[in-house]
Amino acid sequence: MKAVKTSIPGTRQPRRPRLAVAKFASCDGCQLTLLNLEDELLAVGDALEVTYFPEASSRMRGGPYDIALVEGSISMPEHARQLAELRKQARVLITIGACATAGGIQALRNWADLESYKRAVYPTPAYIQSLRTSTPISEHVSVDFELWGCPIDKQQLLRVLTDVLAGVQPFLPAHSVCLDCKRQGHPCVLVAKGLPCLGPVTRTGCGAICPGMGRDCYGCFGPVEGASPGPGIPPNTASLSDHFSSQFHLIPVELVRRFRGINGYLRPFREESHAWESSNKDSDAHR
Amino acid sequence: MTNAIPQILPKSGFPRLIEALRAHHYRIVGPVVRDGALHWDEIAGVEDLPIGWQDTQQPGQYRLERTETTTWFGIVHGPDSIKRLTFVPREPLLTIERKAKKVTVTPQMPEPTPTALLGVRACDVAGLLVHDRIFLQGRYADPYYQVRRDALLVIAVNCTRAHKTCFCASMGTGPRAQSGYDLALTEFEDEFLVSVGSEKGREIIELLELPSASPAYQRQEQERIDACAASQVRGLQEQHRLPQGLYEVHEHPRWETVAHRCLACANCTMVCPTCFCHTVEDHPDLSHTRNERVRLWDSCFTPQHGMIHGKNFRPTIADRYRMWLTHKLASWIDQFGVSGCVGCGRCLTWCPVGIDLTEELHALMRENVDQATP
Repeated sequence: MKAVKTSIPGTRQPRRPRLAVAKFASCDGCQLTLLNLEDELLAVGDALEVTYFPEASSRMRGGPYDIALVEGSISMPEHARQLAELRKQARVLITIGACATAGGIQALRNWADLESYKRAVYPTPAYIQSLRTSTPISEHVSVDFELWGCPIDKQQLLRVLTDVLAGVQPFLPAHSVCLDCKRQGHPCVLVAKGLPCLGPVTRTGCGAICPGMGRDCYGCFGPVEGASPGPGIPPNTASLSDHFSSQFHLIPVELVRRFRGINGYLRPFREESHAWESSNKDSDAHR
Repeated sequence: MTNAIPQILPKSGFPRLIEALRAHHYRIVGPVVRDGALHWDEIAGVEDLPIGWQDTQQPGQYRLERTETTTWFGIVHGPDSIKRLTFVPREPLLTIERKAKKVTVTPQMPEPTPTALLGVRACDVAGLLVHDRIFLQGRYADPYYQVRRDALLVIAVNCTRAHKTCFCASMGTGPRAQSGYDLALTEFEDEFLVSVGSEKGREIIELLELPSASPAYQRQEQERIDACAASQVRGLQEQHRLPQGLYEVHEHPRWETVAHRCLACANCTMVCPTCFCHTVEDHPDLSHTRNERVRLWDSCFTPQHGMIHGKNFRPTIADRYRMWLTHKLASWIDQFGVSGCVGCGRCLTWCPVGIDLTEELHALMRENVDQATP
């Protein structure tokens, strides 16, 4: 990770690193996580100069930026150009949230016919400038660090900012949600209730909120160990979905939906949903 | 001490035991039903115990149900072993503060309340003794574990009922608590047989002035415990061939087979009474002037665990499962002089996909015998 220690040009006097918060196709919830750091917000303001953050202030200044937090997926033709420009201006670029990191819920259209969506939603579809797919930031520019979740966790955001300011590689664990459930003493909803919980294949970060409330995890922090694991490396989505199928009697279409959610476009979840979609077609053919 | 004649404590007289514990300044933690599972929690009295409840366990499944019985300790166990009280999931170790150019390090020693732990199963007592070897022996005793351990009074309950995932009998750790307890109870319909296991336990029980159990009563107790052992359907019959037997199957194809099922989710290691892997994290504040260092439960199934110099030397699930099983059942013996498995069966029950450690060992070792036979 590049250090962001900065000084005022021509002097040794330190200046605060400049922060930009930008968004593409998204709901703004991850940016709000930054504003929701109520107890720490003044410290964030002391540590960083908020230079560009339309969600928070109409005073928007240009780059270069020391840190850019990027929310949202690339969904419109101008997004890609804007993103390329932002990348040039940003020393450290960090994606925040499932849209920027995985393509988001709007990536469901990657499996659908965009034109039919446009016609169904808009009275004049011709006005809609939209790419056929919604894709994560990392498919377009190099990304220095990715924050997962829908929305992101504010403590994780704070940790990453703290580490970047110190000039060290940000530290975030990449284990399963299960570890958090067990540390916190939540009874396992999969084993004790028979719910199709995605916790075993989902990345930590949320604090195990859903299982803590007796609900099954739906994978909003994405696949454990990231988007591109090698062969034999977690997440083992095939084993978990086989268990849901054989023991909990989920049918293929339910398994497709289980994995095709907020992070459904990321390879491990995408491939799992494809596997059950084709098995669904096979069973249709048998009938 | 353990050879002393057990005494009879009527259930109606149980509040007197609780009073005696309170008189010795213990808070009482016992098994409590919450959200469909058994947990350790502070209890006010007998009424908080899971009277009439039973558990059914099988690989990958746990259910509680209320029965017609009035058994107090009918649930064998829940996901939590007693390590939650001694080797806690999150232990603040120290804080580091920087003011001007001065750095101050302040240890954060826990100050646990003396706790009488009521209803500890033989497997968990055995697990505690394994942890004592790990944390307290040798040159460097762990002070955090030590103070929590010293605050514990262990009141065991011998098992008279096993479920499908229990295999303590084959590990020699149960169903009767062997040692390491202060008091041990065996439940009957209307009373408990109480055995004394330590001086601390004797001091408590002497206050109650209980009658001794007749030899016939003691035989009846043994028969119930023996029946529990006999009812266990699983076991580690290959125990006598360990540790060497597992070292010889390092390249066995079974590791890949089990890796197709294993989620590397770490549940087995979290519920295991002896797994002690932990990570130490620094939690600095934004101004880099204050840092809290904490110890957290970790697992050999996490990606960080095998990370050295930016590279993971146990990248695949097969690598990690082999690491876990080989350490648990084999190299643990070399390291600590005892198996890392106490036969509680939690790793079977709480595995989301029901992987059975005993079945995996059978498969690894049976096929090895076949290979060795000309």
